[in-house]
Amino acid sequence: MQSILPQALYPLALIEAAAGTHTVVTHGLIMAAYLVAGVLFLLSLGGLSSQESAKRGAVFGIAGMALAIVATYFLPQVGGSPLAIGMMVVGGSIGLVLAKRVEMTAMPQLVAILHSFVGLAAVLIGFASFLDTSHVVTGAERIVHTIEIYLGVLIGAVTFTGSIVAYGKLDGKIGSAALLLPGRHFWNLVIGLVCVALGVWFVGETSISAGIVPLLIMTFLACLFGVHMVMAIGGADMPVVISMLNSYSGWAASATGFMLSNDLLIITGALVGSSGAILSIIMCRAMNRRFLSVIMGGFGTTQSSGASSAAQDQGEVQPITPEETADLIRHSKSIVVVPGYGMAVSHAQHGVSELARRLRAAGKKFEFAIHPVAGRMPGHMNVLLAEAKVPYDIVLEMDEINDDLDEVDVVIVIGANDIVNPSALEEPDSPIAGMPVLEVWKAGTVIVSKRSMATGYAGVQNPLFFKENTRMLFGDAKESVEAVLAALGELGTKHPSKQAAKV
Amino acid sequence: MQVGIPKEIASGEKRVAISPDGVTKLKKLGYDVLVESGAGAGANFDDSTYEAKGAQIAPQASDVWSQADVILKVSVPQHNPATNSHEADLLREGQTLIGFLWPAQNGELMQQLTHGKGTVLAMDCIPRISRAQNYDALSTMANIAGYRAVIEASQHFGRFFTGQITAAGKVPPAKVLVIGAGVAGLAAIGTAVGMGAVVRAFDTRPEVREQVQSMNAEFLEVEIEEDGSGQGGYAKVMSKEFIEAEMALFLEQAAEVDIIITTALIPGKPAPKLITEEMVKAMRPGSVVVDLAAEQGGNCACTVPGQVTVAHGVTVVGYTDFPSWMAAQSSTLYSNNLCNLMGALTPDKDGRIVVDMTDEVIRGATVIEQGTITWPPPPPRLSAAPKGAAAAEPVVTPTKKSALSANASAYLNVGILAFLLLAVGYVAPDNFLRQLVTFVLACFLGWQVVWNVTPALHTPLMSVTNAISGIIVIGALVQMHNPSTWAVALAAFAILMATINIAGGFLVTRRMLRMFQR
Repeated sequence: MQSILPQALYPLALIEAAAGTHTVVTHGLIMAAYLVAGVLFLLSLGGLSSQESAKRGAVFGIAGMALAIVATYFLPQVGGSPLAIGMMVVGGSIGLVLAKRVEMTAMPQLVAILHSFVGLAAVLIGFASFLDTSHVVTGAERIVHTIEIYLGVLIGAVTFTGSIVAYGKLDGKIGSAALLLPGRHFWNLVIGLVCVALGVWFVGETSISAGIVPLLIMTFLACLFGVHMVMAIGGADMPVVISMLNSYSGWAASATGFMLSNDLLIITGALVGSSGAILSIIMCRAMNRRFLSVIMGGFGTTQSSGASSAAQDQGEVQPITPEETADLIRHSKSIVVVPGYGMAVSHAQHGVSELARRLRAAGKKFEFAIHPVAGRMPGHMNVLLAEAKVPYDIVLEMDEINDDLDEVDVVIVIGANDIVNPSALEEPDSPIAGMPVLEVWKAGTVIVSKRSMATGYAGVQNPLFFKENTRMLFGDAKESVEAVLAALGELGTKHPSKQAAKV
Repeated sequence: MQVGIPKEIASGEKRVAISPDGVTKLKKLGYDVLVESGAGAGANFDDSTYEAKGAQIAPQASDVWSQADVILKVSVPQHNPATNSHEADLLREGQTLIGFLWPAQNGELMQQLTHGKGTVLAMDCIPRISRAQNYDALSTMANIAGYRAVIEASQHFGRFFTGQITAAGKVPPAKVLVIGAGVAGLAAIGTAVGMGAVVRAFDTRPEVREQVQSMNAEFLEVEIEEDGSGQGGYAKVMSKEFIEAEMALFLEQAAEVDIIITTALIPGKPAPKLITEEMVKAMRPGSVVVDLAAEQGGNCACTVPGQVTVAHGVTVVGYTDFPSWMAAQSSTLYSNNLCNLMGALTPDKDGRIVVDMTDEVIRGATVIEQGTITWPPPPPRLSAAPKGAAAAEPVVTPTKKSALSANASAYLNVGILAFLLLAVGYVAPDNFLRQLVTFVLACFLGWQVVWNVTPALHTPLMSVTNAISGIIVIGALVQMHNPSTWAVALAAFAILMATINIAGGFLVTRRMLRMFQR
């Protein structure tokens, strides 16, 4: 039973051997449960390939999680701990309340804070595992095990504080501009080197009381690094940061799995880690930025030289009133709305949805164009529009709609700036040069709803506002949309008297 | 300063530069206005109306020319047979003349105008850029001409425009071909469509296609692809092949349509001959050709400028003064154009004219500055569209290049990865390697699965992976029987954190997914 072979077959054998007890639930059963849970998690992610299968996918995910927890609970090490049940009930309740209360516009914040919990849990488990005296290993295995603990705590700590800062920035508790300390790359490098040195020290210590010192120092430094890293990243890069922290939380789980020799943790962590990594890549591509340059931070400040040269000789903007806007769209055949973070900030999505409903009812072609990095989180705009009951088949991705924008009569840009900036294509020295953008200026008329003439997070002046087919609808997005709705009235209804009254 | 409005003396000219409403606007800018008696008569504005708006009435043209600092006119300066003097000679030093001038066609007149050392702004030379739209008098006049061309055509065309089915039989709709879809062409299209005709339009510039279609007319095309967009929104001269194909198309259309309205002009050149005698012959008797380019020689071979003629049974209208036929309308609009321009020339609204040669629009319009010819101006800036196309091209090339080397770098990466794994396998214990296998395979699997996730569901993807990463709870669970009390406390707290994640993540995912609906 304690031979090498079963150990190799059953990843849990190591833990089991340490505990040395037998239960009614066999290894085989628990392993099978873990396997099923892993498959269910995969199906859960796979289900997200379309809106129809996504709901099924969520059920698979919940089933997998329930199965994994129940199976683990029957492990002898847990031994039916009532404390564990109590903690799960309390934690579960907190989670449900959080998720129930959160507004869809605040989704990025929730995602960020949840990432931090995973990071914190990874740190705690790492320490607990380090304090565990019942599980003695020696030689190469001991070295590997201590390195695993060290890495698990390191990644967990960076995720923890990084996510908290991201939460603060998204929630407006911390200014979203990039904080650039002098010599920040140098300090990061110093922290990295010190962490490596501490790691060597940590692996060298055999007793718990001696080893805990470098581990604690490293945890502190990693926390500091997490804060510094996210502080240096500007608001426009938030989608990348969120995806990256998502990825880290997965790697933290995976590292914990290595530490505890638990395959399900390794697999699940790897799934989450690669998912976050893919999202980061997609977001970076959508901004034509290199992942490294986003992480190094510093973007999103207004000091770029290209901006000033472009800002000159742009002429005047042409304002438009909500009434004129209503008149314009009343006489258009096809309308496209490009939402951005400004729509989320002012909660304008319901008004926009109502606009979509009325115009579609009047037989007009109405679509939404979503840039991959619109908002503060991947897919942010889709969720907001879905919340406002916009049917998802009129919500199109940038690649789906960009070539057809020249056939559109009116494009309404709501609270977006950099993602519709023509200088990304036209000015090679622009800070956002090469970033794929929605080419809204090809449409008949572009209406830009904007609070002021301030630049977007990239700090780049937008020549779109000065184009001759652009009209600026100044004001809060929600108020503007509602004013347009009021001026528009009900369309398509056959009440000439009503129409006449309006005119 | 005083602004003078002389009576127009060109024969047949009924327009006046400033309407009574314009007087009010000029006074707001700080100017005094002096109007020659009877200047507005052709446009039905009488002297008393001008006086009521605060203008002074001068009995003679010479009074206006000698007293006013700024002369606002409509047509090109002419020889006045009544006083036996030329208007160009009346221009004096310090005086500014604004009106139509056509410097390209009137070289001698330009020389004559320089003698007085005055400044001349030509309304026809205002750059056609968006900022100058509200003083673009050419567009104003073209719009009127386009409308009037259709009215004139209907006058000479003996049938209805709109199709009708009456008790007396069926009437087919008139078919109208508009050549040149500029401002005049589009106005003609709009008017003809409004009257019920079937309208087709042709233009060498492909970007006007949508404008034509938006007015419910059919856009005709030749099969050769060539972009006829020239500088500043005008058309350019096309290649020989294109013109041949174009001619074949016109000949074919001539046999089909009832009315042809031509508006094709190329700046600084005689109007292109588009409708040959052969085409006129091909048209049905009773058809009408209205040639809006008659003043520049005409688009039709049979056009006699200024007259209506009948050639091969087809009425050819060659009037050159359509705007003058609607003098009240065109004067009102022209007056607005002039007042807007005067507004731009009077930045301080203090009744002082400032000719700012650094302003692109004013620079373009100023053809003579204090006796020195400043025409032609430097070329206007190009429209933005071709720039964008040019900028887009270089972006394509590097991606192609990188695709070539992508294979090489992929091989290299896989090679390095394989080498690293082998190196790890050499030193690490068995158990670790087994976990590594699981880990690497899971990464690949996750990689493949997640790329299939639709971008619209990226937020649910994040929240579901968030919930799933709560699986870390099982790591905490297995610590619960740890001999160290500290470890148990830490693990218990970790369980709390992780379950918040699980419950919160899944619930919020379900909430979001429920919202997505078709």
